[in-house]
Amino acid sequence: MLYQLEGSQAIAKAVVLCRPGVVCAYPITPQTHIVEGIGELIRSGDLSEGEFINVESEMAALSVAIGSQATGVRSYTATSSQGLLYMMEAVYNASGMELPIVMTLGNRTIGAPINIWNDHSDAMAARDAGWIMLFAETNQEALDLHIQAFKIAEKMLCPTMICVDGFILTHAYERVDIPFQEEVDEFLPPYVPNIYMDERNPIAVGAMVSPEYFMEVRYLAHRKQTDALEIISLVSDEFKRQFSRDSGGLLRKYHTDNAKTVVIAMGSVSGTIKDVVDELNASGEMFGVVSLVSYRPFPSAALRMVLKNVAKVIVVEKAFALGIGGFLSQEVELALKDIDVRVISVVAGIGGRSITRNLLKECFLKRTHEQITFLGLKEDIAAEKYTSLKLHYLGGMI
Amino acid sequence: MFQVRIHGRGGQGVVTAAETLSIAAFLENKHAQAFPSFGSERMGAPVLAFCRISDKEIRLREPILEPDALIVQDPTAIDLPRVFIDVVPGGFVLINSPVPLVYQQQNITMKCIDATRIAIEQIGRPIPNAVLLGGFSALTGVVKIDSVIEAIKTKFFGTIAEKNICAAKVAYEKIIEES
Amino acid sequence: MSYSTLKDVEEFTTVQSSHDRPNTLTSGHRGCQGCGEALGARCAIDAAHRETNGKIIVVNATGCLEVFTCYFPENSWNVPWLHSLFGNAPAVATGVAAALRRQGRDDVRVIAQGGDGSTFDIGMGCLSGMFDRNDDVLYICYDNQAYMNTGVQRSGATPPLARTATTLPNKSYMGSDSQTGKNVPKIAMAHGIPYIATASIANIPDLEEKVRRAIGIHGARYVHIHVPCPLGWGYPTSETIKIARLAIQCGLFPLFEAEHGKQVRSTQIEDLIPVEEYLRSQKRFAHLFGKNAPADAIGVLQNIANSNIELYRLSGGILNA
Repeated sequence: MLYQLEGSQAIAKAVVLCRPGVVCAYPITPQTHIVEGIGELIRSGDLSEGEFINVESEMAALSVAIGSQATGVRSYTATSSQGLLYMMEAVYNASGMELPIVMTLGNRTIGAPINIWNDHSDAMAARDAGWIMLFAETNQEALDLHIQAFKIAEKMLCPTMICVDGFILTHAYERVDIPFQEEVDEFLPPYVPNIYMDERNPIAVGAMVSPEYFMEVRYLAHRKQTDALEIISLVSDEFKRQFSRDSGGLLRKYHTDNAKTVVIAMGSVSGTIKDVVDELNASGEMFGVVSLVSYRPFPSAALRMVLKNVAKVIVVEKAFALGIGGFLSQEVELALKDIDVRVISVVAGIGGRSITRNLLKECFLKRTHEQITFLGLKEDIAAEKYTSLKLHYLGGMI
Repeated sequence: MFQVRIHGRGGQGVVTAAETLSIAAFLENKHAQAFPSFGSERMGAPVLAFCRISDKEIRLREPILEPDALIVQDPTAIDLPRVFIDVVPGGFVLINSPVPLVYQQQNITMKCIDATRIAIEQIGRPIPNAVLLGGFSALTGVVKIDSVIEAIKTKFFGTIAEKNICAAKVAYEKIIEES
Repeated sequence: MSYSTLKDVEEFTTVQSSHDRPNTLTSGHRGCQGCGEALGARCAIDAAHRETNGKIIVVNATGCLEVFTCYFPENSWNVPWLHSLFGNAPAVATGVAAALRRQGRDDVRVIAQGGDGSTFDIGMGCLSGMFDRNDDVLYICYDNQAYMNTGVQRSGATPPLARTATTLPNKSYMGSDSQTGKNVPKIAMAHGIPYIATASIANIPDLEEKVRRAIGIHGARYVHIHVPCPLGWGYPTSETIKIARLAIQCGLFPLFEAEHGKQVRSTQIEDLIPVEEYLRSQKRFAHLFGKNAPADAIGVLQNIANSNIELYRLSGGILNA
């Protein structure tokens, strides 16, 4: 049924439709509306059998979910930014223990300086934590991905993070189609844990593993991640069959078939990019767009298939590693290392800086590119500050 | 696509106005996208909110730089002449003001309405957002007043909803009369 | 204690010497010889197991107890046992309890356990949150007064002037400089939770009784068990029980119970001894008796014992500092 809803409320409804037994809530902007919404739905009886727990920190939020999931109950939490960093030890722990927790990440940058606005720095900080990480382009996709996430996580025994651009999606009202409970129940059966804390069949979870065995544990976790590529596609196909909606999967193509240049991006910025590409193509250019849904596992083979005949790839990325460059562009480059294609990194939207059509258009039409382009950087201020900074650290050396 | 930017102060229901407008458009089977200026503004600080309305799916996520319509809930919160420049030719400006304001701007339809006074009279609180949405419907015709009324019913309940609906209607009729 | 009849033997015999002992923590683990924590954990979890007919789930914080009992592929626990991290055991236990409630398995009782490092320091936030929500969890702290797992570093539970690897005394420094100290049983009491007890491996029937009482109550409960560590404290491995007994007798480790924030019972000290006798038995305090020792060092610790005696009403009189 169609609704005009805030993104966070749509996600809250999707989560409740998945009937989690335990939801842990701790406030952090811009994720807060999601857990507020879930709390209200649980207490108003939409999910009367659910436990909604207000905890004292993000560390506790994910830890409570670890405890409940390990006891055999579908568990959910949400966070953003500093909150993800604060729980990071538990983030790695949850994947190491193969607990299929689902968590929403309302993407926000990381301080200092403190900044509550959107970019993907928080998600990148967790990229190696062994979670499946899926990025939503619209609120409809955010909603759909949450329903798929529980299925993927539980099939793979791997925690799954749905990344939703903070404010841009979480606080945006737009049209969403919310499925009925029976439909979701049909798609997502009740959670049946394979092993769990049970006094009738005592097991120990979380043992100390020595060098004799540890590498195999990590190897298997790696194999599981790469196998998840197939499961993510299958679950997306199944979702499409049942709900007649194309959501999720590994990546989505837009006019890539005859494209000379393909722009790759994750999350909500793909929409703006598609509008720009339409405008450019109308004037004779040949641009295509790939919006990456599955960031972990990274769909290297699928990317190679799409980009094998492309001359140039422009990666628009909302996070970068200081001193080296964009995370996503490096990974795209690695995936395409056997293909003769130029990969260009455009760092955009850092700390909530507006990504406008005009800036993107100008950037896409450039014939030559810097190694990294910082889209919308205030060059004059940056140059002035850089000069004084350099004077400071070079001090007496010049 | 029709793009609306709303200026006001924290506590005046600026974000709620954008959201309600998007619901009104949705009720007319249009696509709509409403979003705030994404700040951590406290009560009284200048606040921005946006609403896009279209017959097609809206993919664009940039802030609204060149609005088709500007709703100013509090003219003291902004530099009016500067924001006027952004409005596209043929666009609309609706200002909450107890006195008529005059700006020389070609090809823009401007209206002033004492929305705060209407809000105090009708709702009992100086929250001008519903009043201005009624005015917006009359001024632009982008959404019908009936849709605005239905949208208000989804955001407010009981007597608060009724009072806001009355306030929106008063503004709607006033601007229709003046046009 | 002397037994005059078979009935006395049965009454005062601990679960440890019983033939049908549950053996929740089996022998063959990698704990040190004379480990107080292994003994404390075995007694406590056995008592809980017996009281609940085996319906318990144990969450363990990282630390000595965790490391020496679950070295893959071996495992010494005969109960469902879950280890997550150093600082989150109370929160994980909250999750276990929530899941059990969701599953209608409320008859299964949840225990979280950790050492003083995880309880006093890194897990304090999660512990306080669990108390605040009055979650249905029994938290047991095995207090050996330092980070023993990592090689005896100072924790929030380390007594003033004690020697640890991070508070090595020298000519100008006398050992751990605890300014005001951190009293977790009192912090637990300040949360108003239904039941709090301190216990010691020097008095196992008392320990078992307190765990038995605690496991039957719903809501957040806290049992704090004093467990000497021969390695960290510096005493012969055969003297663990004796050292634990001296701590009680001098008043440095008070045995008491509290309900809903109020002290309800305390164990009287039978033969009060000066703290010096306790301190002299351990190398971690040896520098307090050397030629560089300041005159007031012993007095600092005697004062703590005296205020414990007064606060918890442990004895009719106190010893002069």
